[in-house]
Amino acid sequence: MTHVLSMLVENHQGVLSRIAGLFSGRGYNLESITAGVTTDTQITRITLVCKGEDNVFDQIKKQLNKLIDIIKITDLSPLPSLHRELALIKVRAMPNLRGEVFQVADVFRARVLDVGIDSMVLEVTGSSDKIDNFIAVLQPYSIREVARSGLISMERGRKQPNTQSQQRKGASEKLNEDFKITIA
Amino acid sequence: MKISGAELFVKALKAEGVKHLFGFPGGVVIPVFDTLYSEPEINVILTRHEQGAVHAADGYARSTGKTGVCLVTSGPGATNTVTGIATANFDSVPIVCFTGQVSRSMIGNDAFQEADIVGITRPITKHNYLVLDRKDLGRILKEAFTIANSGRPGPVLVDLPKDVILEKGDDEYPAKVTIRGYNPVLKGHPNQIKRAAVALKKAKRPLFYVGGGIHIAGAADIFRKAVKKTGVPVVHSLMGIGAFPGDDPLSLGMLGMHGTYVANMAVSHSDLLFGIGNRFDDRATGNLSKFAPEATIVHIDQDPVSISRNVPVEVPIVGDARLVLEQLMPLLEAPKTDQWLKQIAAWRKEHPLEVKVGQAEGTGHLRPDDVIQTICQTFPDAIIATEVGQNQMWVSQFFTFRHPRSLLTSGGLGTMGYGFPAAIGAQFANPDKRVIDIAGDGSIQMNIQELATAVQNRLPVIVAILNNGYLGMVRQWQELFFDRRYSSTCLRTGAECPPECKGPGDHCPAYHPDFVKLAEAYGAVGLRVMKHKDIEPALKEAGKIKDRPIFIDFIVEREFNVFPMVAPGAGIAEMMFSEGGQS
Repeated sequence: MTHVLSMLVENHQGVLSRIAGLFSGRGYNLESITAGVTTDTQITRITLVCKGEDNVFDQIKKQLNKLIDIIKITDLSPLPSLHRELALIKVRAMPNLRGEVFQVADVFRARVLDVGIDSMVLEVTGSSDKIDNFIAVLQPYSIREVARSGLISMERGRKQPNTQSQQRKGASEKLNEDFKITIA
Repeated sequence: MKISGAELFVKALKAEGVKHLFGFPGGVVIPVFDTLYSEPEINVILTRHEQGAVHAADGYARSTGKTGVCLVTSGPGATNTVTGIATANFDSVPIVCFTGQVSRSMIGNDAFQEADIVGITRPITKHNYLVLDRKDLGRILKEAFTIANSGRPGPVLVDLPKDVILEKGDDEYPAKVTIRGYNPVLKGHPNQIKRAAVALKKAKRPLFYVGGGIHIAGAADIFRKAVKKTGVPVVHSLMGIGAFPGDDPLSLGMLGMHGTYVANMAVSHSDLLFGIGNRFDDRATGNLSKFAPEATIVHIDQDPVSISRNVPVEVPIVGDARLVLEQLMPLLEAPKTDQWLKQIAAWRKEHPLEVKVGQAEGTGHLRPDDVIQTICQTFPDAIIATEVGQNQMWVSQFFTFRHPRSLLTSGGLGTMGYGFPAAIGAQFANPDKRVIDIAGDGSIQMNIQELATAVQNRLPVIVAILNNGYLGMVRQWQELFFDRRYSSTCLRTGAECPPECKGPGDHCPAYHPDFVKLAEAYGAVGLRVMKHKDIEPALKEAGKIKDRPIFIDFIVEREFNVFPMVAPGAGIAEMMFSEGGQS
């Protein structure tokens, strides 16, 4: 099963390496990892996507929590949350095919960033599924390069007074049993 | 006042109460050693290899609970610490290891004696630091000491670039630091503790299973009280040796691959296994699908990672073993265990661990069990260090430990060459105690250079070498599982040997080195014992010596095996008692 963790970490050198090393060293499956500073320049937010059975995922959370540079881990999997990925895709597109590619791009709300003599660069944002689909649809045109950002995620805001916080409380209690993996 | 990084470093050591520092100098750390040179409060101990320095700091820490400290140079000095750090990390030993680094402007340029030691040790330290700014030095030093010896302890490495060492800056060493990503849970969850007490009271076949966490938390006393209050029998892991007195009627001994029959049978039939400060390691559990199949499992541990990793746990309690036991004590009630204790007594009778006294049959060599039992009788309260292999397992079987922190052994990593330098460190920390390294002839050679350290410092460490001329544990596996093909395990193999040996005998080449002459060459005392009647006199003679290390070369039976044994992959109830035998 795929899990998404959103983490606040100290903006120290080597933090990404500690996390990546933990995954490779212990044989965990790391799908994607993205990092960027927050409004506090001392703190970086890392969004991490990993795959594993529930018992393995428990270990992953506990092991990450042991890293001293990690301040807080939020498991977004059980929470209503938003997930986005950005991709740049360069497709082969001779002038006679440009129109078709434009149409496909339009369907996926992709933007054309660049047009070359025999290629185009498209930018698309969305869920990972949407990007997978977009790439699949573009396959017949021969894709030359793909660059994907990896997932960034955020929990949704409250929709009604209290309900959201109840939901969060439920999730947080469940996780507290798993020893202090804190929820925002 | 502005002081250099080196001066702040020494100030920090003094503030932390560091009395002994194990180290080896080199180019970039000369200024630190220079500052230490005129510092009467800190005894700098020059080992002969950086690995020896880390193991010595480890032995110092394990035997006392205080943080062990070492200081080495950059590059090879730093990389030589890796095995020692990994050893300490596996067994949760508080160490702060300082390494020199090339100047900041040189980092990344493949400068002379440069190594990315922070990158190298990331997976084998609790945490590590490269100090890139002189103004962070005080805080980092304090964080290093704080992290190393709190929560689940472990080694912390601090890499000090040469120019940071030299740079003048703030002289402040903070009394306290808060680290926002580090908050070990110390007290147990009250509801879970209630559940644990109820489970124990209701159990018909309860069993405590204790590990090294008891030593770390200083929980031996309160645990003893808990056992007294409940009458529940105790098994221990290798790291748990000494957590409960080995001569207590409720002690069943060690479980696992070379555990006792009664311990393994008790675990396999218990209906409540109450783990404290242990981690259900594979050498203890054997085949997991056959481990404690009837038991509800309660597990108290400082590290959430250890809980429900190998074995699913019904009642998990994260916390410090001593604090949790203090919470638990008032709730404990004695379960009815008469039947269970009767059954246990029967198992104990069925296959006791027996020591045979005298010479081995056939060859007339010494029996290692006899040697270890005699050491135990001669020095019952000694601190014992071991190397790794047969010597280690025989110690766990035949030496009766009665005190916490009295066994120093590399349990998790299984580091040959650990015991001797660890014994040296322990002797510094415990000048009034006997410290004995029980070694094999293979493993003692892995850090034998530290003999010079022991001689120079007049440490009366006794090294009892069980000399069988083999890397005995691997040889035992070759005998049992590889058709007795002793590939690369015979330490007497010479040019005249045939490509495939038919077994040891009088035709074997002479053994090298001669440990007696070697000890003498270093200025230590060397003794050799070949007959049973000489074991005790030799130990007594060694016991009289107070100013030099003593090597005793015990010539033991070459193909003596460690039994009982659980074959790799088998359940712990499936024990072998001899070369061919299954339970």
